[in-house]
Amino acid sequence: MNRKMVFYMLGQILKLEAGIMLLPLICSLFYRELNIVIAFLITMALALFLGFALTLLNKPQNKTFFAKEGFVIVALSWIVISAVGALPFVISGEIPNYIDAFFETVSGFTTTGSSILTDVEAMSRGLLFWRSETHWVGGMGVLVLIVAILPTDSGRTMHILRAEMPGHSAGKLTPKLRTMTKILYFIYTGFTLLEIILLLCGGMPLFDAIVNSFGTAGTGGFGIKGDSIGSYNAFCQWVITIFMLIFGINFNIYYLVLCGRIRSIFKSEELWTYLAIFLLSSTVVVFNILKTVENLGDAIRLSAFQVSSIMTTTGFATTDFNLWPNFSKGILLMLMFFGACAGSTAGGFKISRVVLLFKKIVASVRQMIHPRAISTINFEGKTVENDTVNGVLVYLAVYCFCFVIILLLLLLEPFDLETNISAAAACFNNIGPGLSLVGPAANFSIYSSFSKIVLSFAMLLGRLEIFPLLVLFSPSVWIKRRAKA
Amino acid sequence: MKIIVNGCGKIGSTILANLVAEGHDVTAIDTNPEVIQKLTNIYDVIGVCGNGADSDVLTEANAKNNDLIISTANSDEINMLCCFLAKRMGTKNTVARVRNPEYNDKSLAFLRQNLEISLIINPELMASHELFNALKLPSAYKIEPFSVRNFEIVEFKIKDDSVLDGLKIADLRNKFKSKFLICAVQRGEEAYIPLGNFVLRSGDKVGITGSVNEILHFFNELGIKRTAIKKVMILGASKTAVYLAKKLCQIGNSVTIIDKDRQKCEEISAELPKALVVNGDGSSQELLIEEGISNIDAVVSLTGLDELNILISSYASSKNVPKVITKINRQELIPLAEHWGLDTVVSPRKTISNIVVGYARALENSKDSSVETLYKLMDDKVEALEFTVKDGLDFLNVAFKELKLKENILIAGIIRDRKTIIPSGEDVLLSGDKVVILAANQRINNLSDIIR
Repeated sequence: MNRKMVFYMLGQILKLEAGIMLLPLICSLFYRELNIVIAFLITMALALFLGFALTLLNKPQNKTFFAKEGFVIVALSWIVISAVGALPFVISGEIPNYIDAFFETVSGFTTTGSSILTDVEAMSRGLLFWRSETHWVGGMGVLVLIVAILPTDSGRTMHILRAEMPGHSAGKLTPKLRTMTKILYFIYTGFTLLEIILLLCGGMPLFDAIVNSFGTAGTGGFGIKGDSIGSYNAFCQWVITIFMLIFGINFNIYYLVLCGRIRSIFKSEELWTYLAIFLLSSTVVVFNILKTVENLGDAIRLSAFQVSSIMTTTGFATTDFNLWPNFSKGILLMLMFFGACAGSTAGGFKISRVVLLFKKIVASVRQMIHPRAISTINFEGKTVENDTVNGVLVYLAVYCFCFVIILLLLLLEPFDLETNISAAAACFNNIGPGLSLVGPAANFSIYSSFSKIVLSFAMLLGRLEIFPLLVLFSPSVWIKRRAKA
Repeated sequence: MKIIVNGCGKIGSTILANLVAEGHDVTAIDTNPEVIQKLTNIYDVIGVCGNGADSDVLTEANAKNNDLIISTANSDEINMLCCFLAKRMGTKNTVARVRNPEYNDKSLAFLRQNLEISLIINPELMASHELFNALKLPSAYKIEPFSVRNFEIVEFKIKDDSVLDGLKIADLRNKFKSKFLICAVQRGEEAYIPLGNFVLRSGDKVGITGSVNEILHFFNELGIKRTAIKKVMILGASKTAVYLAKKLCQIGNSVTIIDKDRQKCEEISAELPKALVVNGDGSSQELLIEEGISNIDAVVSLTGLDELNILISSYASSKNVPKVITKINRQELIPLAEHWGLDTVVSPRKTISNIVVGYARALENSKDSSVETLYKLMDDKVEALEFTVKDGLDFLNVAFKELKLKENILIAGIIRDRKTIIPSGEDVLLSGDKVVILAANQRINNLSDIIR
């Protein structure tokens, strides 16, 4: 394995992290939070030092790397940025326990939005900004950012992107990867700015508008109020509902629309399934919660917001859906697993995989009835290779195993099953709040340090779609060829 | 530049790899999804699976907005159709591989004109030119002919007992009467454009430029004897072999072609009445001895398998055949073959991809003096580029000793009124000259790039 290249990329990541800390630094300077400024400066200095040390010591002569290195780079980068990103919280003393701070940062970068903070409103502005910025950066991917801004001679960066981008196929739209990542970030930034402007029009203060837009864009869900989005007006809630949906759609579609290929919208089965599931679920929830809410308008708003928030794995809340009827809670729990479209910033299992699985089931049933039938699976107008379908099946299996293991480890805690299941699901699918004791009105501080580490790991697994971390821990990646004596 | 490569077989994928390395935006089209999968895995390209002569596929590949399409699919007809359609859809330039001899006669110009194809390449024909040239020179590694006649670059290795061992470049001119220039030296992994104080050593691979006669003269002075080639044995009855044999027969050489495939042999013998066609296994030593390998002047291994070619050539070398030429398409095997002492290696795939890459570079930069031909020497570390000097150049009529050239750049030769000039400090560039520039470890697009 090309270790130099791996460490070199890690160095680059650390430098980049120091760079993205500039924004919260400016923010805390603006609000005159002196100890936060110091915390950021110390962390940035450390990140830069480590970054330069790694890049200078490991200047790789041989820049070729393969899928293996891609996976390892991605997995290590995410662990390292979270570990360093947690430092400002600890140094400033606002989250004194390092494991808590690590959990919070992982939750930020993986766009989960689960928090251990009991009182968000007491946090300083600079740290709140940093927490939400991690969502924004983590949503599209840290390494995607690296590819977009840093020149790499090696044409094999595709391996990195494939390991980091959500979804079973990282489709390319332009011949050059760099052009594509730039376009993606352009769309991403554009939508974020649009949301900020719309929220400002809705009367939200600038700081809140920026931070909440970061949370929406990355489908993260860190709120800066005790009741998340609940205290903002109905217009802002609708804006956020729509934008959560927008960020849950495959970004390739926006690119195609930008190129004038509007017809591609109609071809996208995933998009239509996604919207259909959203409409159906929110309608059902509306009727189910009608009795608990005063009028139909409120019911529609609450239901649309919560369904969109859970489905896109954002995790904002405008109401404590923990108090909803069981059926609605069940629908939300199911949506947690579905997730949104591949190629978006959302987590979860991804709609495209769900659709493929469903088609495979139909095909298998038909095979039972007509044993000699030959059936191919079509998706978005193209025949799906058997390998792809197998990949989805394997992913499902690994996904289930990981979920069960995480759940088992959580069950060591003295909480009820609903809490534990929803906590595992919420972290593993990068959603944020769960149900019962970890519902939208509560937080994850009740868990022990051990469980927090397990959950942090679950969030990383979910964000990176499991395999990069599994590769990281397989011995064959690390064992060196031994020289014979 | 945006380029589409249709048909990513052996030649297509080599071209593709080189174009990506040049930094172009490349779209690959192939009918085989596995090929596309593999290419998109390795290179930074976008893949489209389908038939390149299908307008839907071309639309998906965005033919409308591309600058160049290169079609190297198996079938000539598909290549021509693909280029024609792409041109109609808006692709600015088209390159088609057409290798069927039927199209490669008078009809070629007609086809090119009416289908508006910018460049037609015929790898086999080009390979046969290269082989034919290689047969002319003794013990030369290989020879790169430029579009103008009478100027070539020859690569050869300095042997242990050579007079060149330990010689300073500056002293060469005094020692030898011939007019030539040592333009590039490869020592180990490094390639240099040597300055006057550079000392040659045995084991170096050197490139020399000059006119053919001067180079031959120099070889004479060096004491390398040239056996006039009369009898040539070609192994493998490929299209290249036919082209080569035709030329050799024309100048009165006796040619023996050996191939396993009986049917192929029969076809060839009908086409080449003067050549002796033998049906048999070219790797069988007994057969080679029977056909008189010890009396042959040159052996050319042209079978479809690189490994087999290396083996046959090694055997021929061991039988003291004066000139052994090996065709090797897989780049990674070439150093191995050289390690085994096979001096003259010809790689058609590389030749073609050099032509296409040079063509793309010229397109990209067609405003003034652009690249006309491009060759890669010294394991691709040095590039030789041919330019035509045009009026607008900043340093017309400036003596070379006044010019501040970049490092590792050499003006290797000027062709003026069909005469080759090996430049010295007093020479100048005039409008209308053809000039050959050598550049090591850098990329030159434009003639004005050579100035600091």
